[in-house]
Amino acid sequence: MSARRIPWTLLIFLALLPLPWIGSRYQTFLGTEIAIDALFAVSLNLLLGTTGLVSFGHVAYFGIGSYVCGILMKTYGLPFVLAFPAAGLGAALFAVVFGFFCVRLTKIYFAMLTLAFSQIVWAVCFKWNAVTGGDQGIADVPFPNMHWMASLPYVGDLNINGRFYLLSLVLVAVCIAAIGQITRSPFGRMLTAIRDNRERAAFIGLNVRAYELSVFVVAGGFAGLSGALYGIFNRGVFPDYVFWPKSAEVMIMTILGGMNYFWGPTVGAFVLVWLNQEITNYTQYWPAVLGSILLILLFALPGGILGGLARGGAALRRLLAGRGDA
Amino acid sequence: MLEITGLHKSFAGFVAVNEVSLTVAERQIVAVIGPNGAGKSTFFNLITGHLRPDGGRVMLNGRDVTGIAPHRICALGMGRSFQLTNIFPRLTVFENVQAALLAHRGKGRDFLSRAEAMFRDETMALLASIGLASQAGTVAGVLAYGNQKQLELGIALASDPKVLLLDEPTAGMSANETHETIALLERIAEQRGLTLLFTEHDMEVVFRIAHKIAVLYQGRKLAEGAPEEVRANADVRRVYLGGHA
Ligand SMILES: Nc1ncnc2c1ncn2[C@@H]1O[C@H](COP(=O)(O)OP(=O)(O)OP(=O)(O)O)[C@@H](O)[C@H]1O
Ligand SMILES: [Mg+2]
Repeated sequence: MSARRIPWTLLIFLALLPLPWIGSRYQTFLGTEIAIDALFAVSLNLLLGTTGLVSFGHVAYFGIGSYVCGILMKTYGLPFVLAFPAAGLGAALFAVVFGFFCVRLTKIYFAMLTLAFSQIVWAVCFKWNAVTGGDQGIADVPFPNMHWMASLPYVGDLNINGRFYLLSLVLVAVCIAAIGQITRSPFGRMLTAIRDNRERAAFIGLNVRAYELSVFVVAGGFAGLSGALYGIFNRGVFPDYVFWPKSAEVMIMTILGGMNYFWGPTVGAFVLVWLNQEITNYTQYWPAVLGSILLILLFALPGGILGGLARGGAALRRLLAGRGDA
Repeated sequence: MLEITGLHKSFAGFVAVNEVSLTVAERQIVAVIGPNGAGKSTFFNLITGHLRPDGGRVMLNGRDVTGIAPHRICALGMGRSFQLTNIFPRLTVFENVQAALLAHRGKGRDFLSRAEAMFRDETMALLASIGLASQAGTVAGVLAYGNQKQLELGIALASDPKVLLLDEPTAGMSANETHETIALLERIAEQRGLTLLFTEHDMEVVFRIAHKIAVLYQGRKLAEGAPEEVRANADVRRVYLGGHA
C-alpha cells in the first residue's frame, strides 16, 4: 500500500515552477489565478469531499481573507508577511463564530445557514464604506515587497508578475501540502468516517459537531489565505469576492475535478479558469457555457474529471487483461 | 452493571416504550424479545443516547447516563450495533475498524501523523477474530450483508466496550453465518468478560445463549426471567412465542 506513494504536491509544484520563464505573460497570469483558485477549491473540498459538509457559503472566508489582507496592506501599510497570516487567522476566527451555529444543523439546513452567513458578510462589505470601501472596494492593494527575490539566481530576471506567480505558487503548494497531511492523518480519517455515517461516527466515540466545527475552521482559514492572494493578484478587493456566485463557482470547480479525489479540485480549478478564458474570447455567454458544463458533469461525469479518468483507466486495464488472457 | 428504571418514550402520543425497567448484571447475557414494533429498537436507542427518554433513568456502573450524547456513552464503555447495518460504506473494511480504534485511543485529534499504518496489527487481529481478515482491503459498502453485520460487530468491539448492545446481530444472515456469529459472540463475551444485551428474532439463538430474557409487547415489559421461566409464561406464549416453544 505505502510503497507506491508518489509525492504529488512536490511533483506538481516542480512542474509548474518554470512557467514564468517558459510561458508567456498571459500564461503566467492564468497560472497565478489557477493556483489561487486551486487552494480555494481544495479548502472547500476539506468540507465537501472529506467530511461530507455542503457549504454554500465558503466564499465568506475567502472574502474575509482578501479584505483583511487588503485593508492591512493598503490602509495600514502592513507588510505582506504579517497581512497574509492575519488573513488566514481572521477568516478562521469568523469560521469559529459562524461554524458554531452551522454545525448545529445538518444537510440542506447546514448549507442554507452557511449561505446566509456569507450573504451577511457580503452585505457588510458592501455597505461599510469607512472600512471596506463599500461598493467601490479597496483599489490598488500593493504587491508584497519582492525586492529580496532580485538576489536569487534566475528569479532576479523576472518582472513583478512572474515573481508574484512564484510567491503564490510556493504559498499555495505549502498550504495544499498541509491540507493533504490533514486529510491523511487520523483526524482526517475521523472526518471521512463522519462523512460516511454520522450516527455510527458518534458511536465510535466521536463528538461529531466538535469535529465538524474544527474542520470548518481549518477550511475557512485556508480559504482566507487564498482570498488574501486573490486580492493582491487582482490589485484590489471588491464585494464580488464575497458574493455567492463565487461560492457556486468554487463548488463547480471542486465537483468538476472530482470531489472524491484530493487533486480533483485543483484539476477543476485548472479546467474552469482555462475554459473561462478561452470561451470569453469567442462568446460573452460564459454563464450559459458554465451551465452546460454543469449538465454534462451531472449526467455524463458523475465522479468529475478524475472520476471519469479512473473509470476509463480501469476499463482499459480490463480490456488489456482480457486480451492477455485470450 | 446496567440498571434501567421506568424508561419511557412516546412519539406524538404513541407510546413506544412504556415504563420499562431492566437490570443487567456484569457478564450477563440478556435478550430482549418481542414481536415487530414492540419497541425493542427504541428501547436500545434510549439506552445509548440516540433518543432522549421522556422519563426514567439509565445507570451504567452506578453512573447516571440518561440522555447523554452517544459519543460520551461510548467513551464510558458501552458499545452497540444497529438493526439496519451501520458501517462506514466508503471506507475499506480495514479502515472501518481502524477508525474505531483511533477514536477509542484518543488519536482522533492527531493531525500530524499518517493514519495509514497506525494500529495495523491490532486492526488485523480484530478482523481475524471476526473472520474478515481476507477482506481487509475491500470497500465496506460492497460486502455481502452478513459480512457487513460482522464488520459492525468489529467496529463495536474496537471501542473495547464493557457492555455491548446488539440490535438483531444476525438479521439477514444465512443459517451458517448466524451460527458463526453467535459462536463468535459467545467466545468474545467469554474472553473479554463482556456484558451483552441483545434483541433477536431467532428463538433458537435466544434460548441457547441468553442467561435472562425480557419480553416486550406494545412497549411494555410483559415478562422477565430465566429462559425456562419465560418459556413457561402463559402471557408470553399467547402473544409471542406461539408455535416456537
Ligand atoms: N422515530 C419514530 N417516530 C415515530 N414512531 C416511531 C419512531 N421510532 C419507532 N417508532 C414506532 O415505535 C414502535 C416501536 O418501534 P421499534 O423499532 O422500537 O420496534 P422493534 O421492537 O424494534 O421492532 P422490530 O422487531 O420490527 O425491529 C413502532 O410502532 C414504530 O412505528
Ligand atoms: Mg427493531
